[in-house]
Amino acid sequence: MARVSLKGVRKSFGTADVIKGVDIEIEDGEFVVFVGPSGCGKSTLLRMIAGLEDITDGTLEIGGRVVNDVAPKDRGIAMVFQTYAIFPHMTVRENVAFGLTIKGVPKAEKAEKVAAAARILQMEHLLDRRPSQLSGGQRQRVAIGRAIVRDPAVFLFDEPLSNLDAALRMDMRLEIGKLHQQLGATMIYVTHDQVEAMTLADKIVVLKDGKVMQAGSPMDLYHHPANLFVAGFLGAPSMNFISVDTRSVDNGLAMVANAALDPIEVATTGRDIRTGSRAILGVRPQYLVPSATPAEGMLHGKVTLTERLGAETVVEVGLNDGSRVIAAFGEDRILAPGTEIGLAFDPRQAHLFAEGDRP
Amino acid sequence: MASRLTTSNRAGWGFAIPGFALIAIFIVLPFFFAFGLSLTDQRLVSPNPTRYVGLDNYRELLDVTVITLEPQRDEAGELIRDEDGNLEYPKVRDITRSDDYPQYSGMREWFRWQSGQNAKVVIASDVVFMKALVNTLVFVMVVAPVQAGLALVLALLINQRIRGINIFRTIYFMPVVVSIVVVSLLWRFIYSGNDGLLNNLLDALTFGAWQPIDWLGNPSTALGSIMAMSIWQAVGFHMVIWLSGLQTISPTLYEAATIEGASGWQTFRYVTWPGLRNTAVLILIVITMQAFAVFAQINVMTSGGPLDSTQTLVFQAVVRGYGKQDISGGATISVILFLLVLSISLLQRWLTRDRR
Repeated sequence: MARVSLKGVRKSFGTADVIKGVDIEIEDGEFVVFVGPSGCGKSTLLRMIAGLEDITDGTLEIGGRVVNDVAPKDRGIAMVFQTYAIFPHMTVRENVAFGLTIKGVPKAEKAEKVAAAARILQMEHLLDRRPSQLSGGQRQRVAIGRAIVRDPAVFLFDEPLSNLDAALRMDMRLEIGKLHQQLGATMIYVTHDQVEAMTLADKIVVLKDGKVMQAGSPMDLYHHPANLFVAGFLGAPSMNFISVDTRSVDNGLAMVANAALDPIEVATTGRDIRTGSRAILGVRPQYLVPSATPAEGMLHGKVTLTERLGAETVVEVGLNDGSRVIAAFGEDRILAPGTEIGLAFDPRQAHLFAEGDRP
Repeated sequence: MASRLTTSNRAGWGFAIPGFALIAIFIVLPFFFAFGLSLTDQRLVSPNPTRYVGLDNYRELLDVTVITLEPQRDEAGELIRDEDGNLEYPKVRDITRSDDYPQYSGMREWFRWQSGQNAKVVIASDVVFMKALVNTLVFVMVVAPVQAGLALVLALLINQRIRGINIFRTIYFMPVVVSIVVVSLLWRFIYSGNDGLLNNLLDALTFGAWQPIDWLGNPSTALGSIMAMSIWQAVGFHMVIWLSGLQTISPTLYEAATIEGASGWQTFRYVTWPGLRNTAVLILIVITMQAFAVFAQINVMTSGGPLDSTQTLVFQAVVRGYGKQDISGGATISVILFLLVLSISLLQRWLTRDRR
């Protein structure tokens, strides 16, 4: 068990800066997910914590010890890779025991630890098989078993479910969640899948271009995004952004409107929004509800596309000012393209961003 | 049953036939021709009609036996010794040329060893062939493992991401591109006994204490010298094959091993070597076959000498078939070589089979 602390961590490949000064505090036993689009540096950051990439600048502490120049094996970490990285010529048992074999641990102790890991992962029956005889999910289980046997203070997962098919991914996700509860170890998990991030994490760190956009609990990030990027990145379908004019600002409330939006008061939440300036109104599709008649509601437009998913209907609405919004109604509705529609929302569920909130 | 291969496929066959024909005429036919010739007394050019001689050619080449010679005694029954005190034995040719021993007729001494007071003499009907056989086997047994091992070491060295590594790759691969005949000619200068590069180099390194050796003119160094050159010449080729094998190993396996704390040797033992299994089998078989076919080096550098110390099977096959116009003898050697390589390749495949 250990805290992990990154202070001003940087990584450069030649002249290219990949990680541009990252500060993250990870508490003991916390499940932290690094999430972000491709190329945001999340995997590089994880590999730096693992010791597979060296740290150009800043300090990395694991369990209160600076480990910038400590070999991976001495950092008290274990890593699970996207491509499993299990040795094809070894049985499951040999794979799980690999770290112990390398260390020269006595046979009896080795067998005991392998059996314990196999029990946790419910794969006792697989121990004498070869990787080629296993499914993707089983292979990833072997890789996790190899990590457990090391008894690490920190588990590192590098997109462990990305190579699995959708159904299996959900099973394994639940299992990794259970594993965290069972072991109570610190876990750092990299993914680009926001469902994994939202469901597994105690804390999510959203990264973009090698910088931390926001770190906090999943619901904190979902309901109080720090900027436009985080607001747009989390949630599916992603948040609608509507360009609006600020009519007045008074006591933390801004009156905003545009050609398609009736004037409405939204909290500025301390952002730099002044009377007469342009602002961006963010509303999640799920918070848009259809009004009884097209004239009611605050947003007015015509239906351009409908996707019926059964429990949900996703509607694209072309607003009267030419922009588009997506609305997700929590019921099955038939809306023909071209239908006039009015959309209402609770202003307390909306977010107002200044132009400067684009990262 | 008519398959798509034989019906309405004229264009396909039209394209294939020239290739098939060339292979048939120049590879398949000569192969069976060699089998046939080895059972006759055919000469390259001869007025006499060809006769079927059965396995005589094989017997002629492979006949080996051991005879025991008792030391000579004088009338009193005392052992006769020469001036140095060594025992004296009857001459081998008194036996092989004697009418009392028709079964040994025409055979010559290959080598002998001492067994108590008696001398055991191995006589062979074709001593040169026997020497060629032994030399070829020695050549294969030394060249195959050393060349494969050295190539692997080079491949591991150049499989690193270092600036300018391609220069080293090119340097190691260069001898492969140069014709073996040219390489052999150059190495004759290197090995030269009078003012050769190697002798000069050793002389400089030992500050003049080195006694020059005529590397190719000395029976005890000639075969070794040719082996060293052969290993150097083809090592780059096998290095490239190893390299391709190395690059198929997933880098994440190495990363996993690093995180588990594997040392350099453990990484090789648990990650690299198992990943090279198939490559290793391929290289072993290819090198063995190439080594059995050693010819050009011998032809250019020593012509089998000195004292037959560098005779090899293919060289003998050519010398007999064309030099001595004994085409059936040459064919017989070829067939023996074929069976030898075939059985060793099958043995290697069996030994390196996947036991899982």
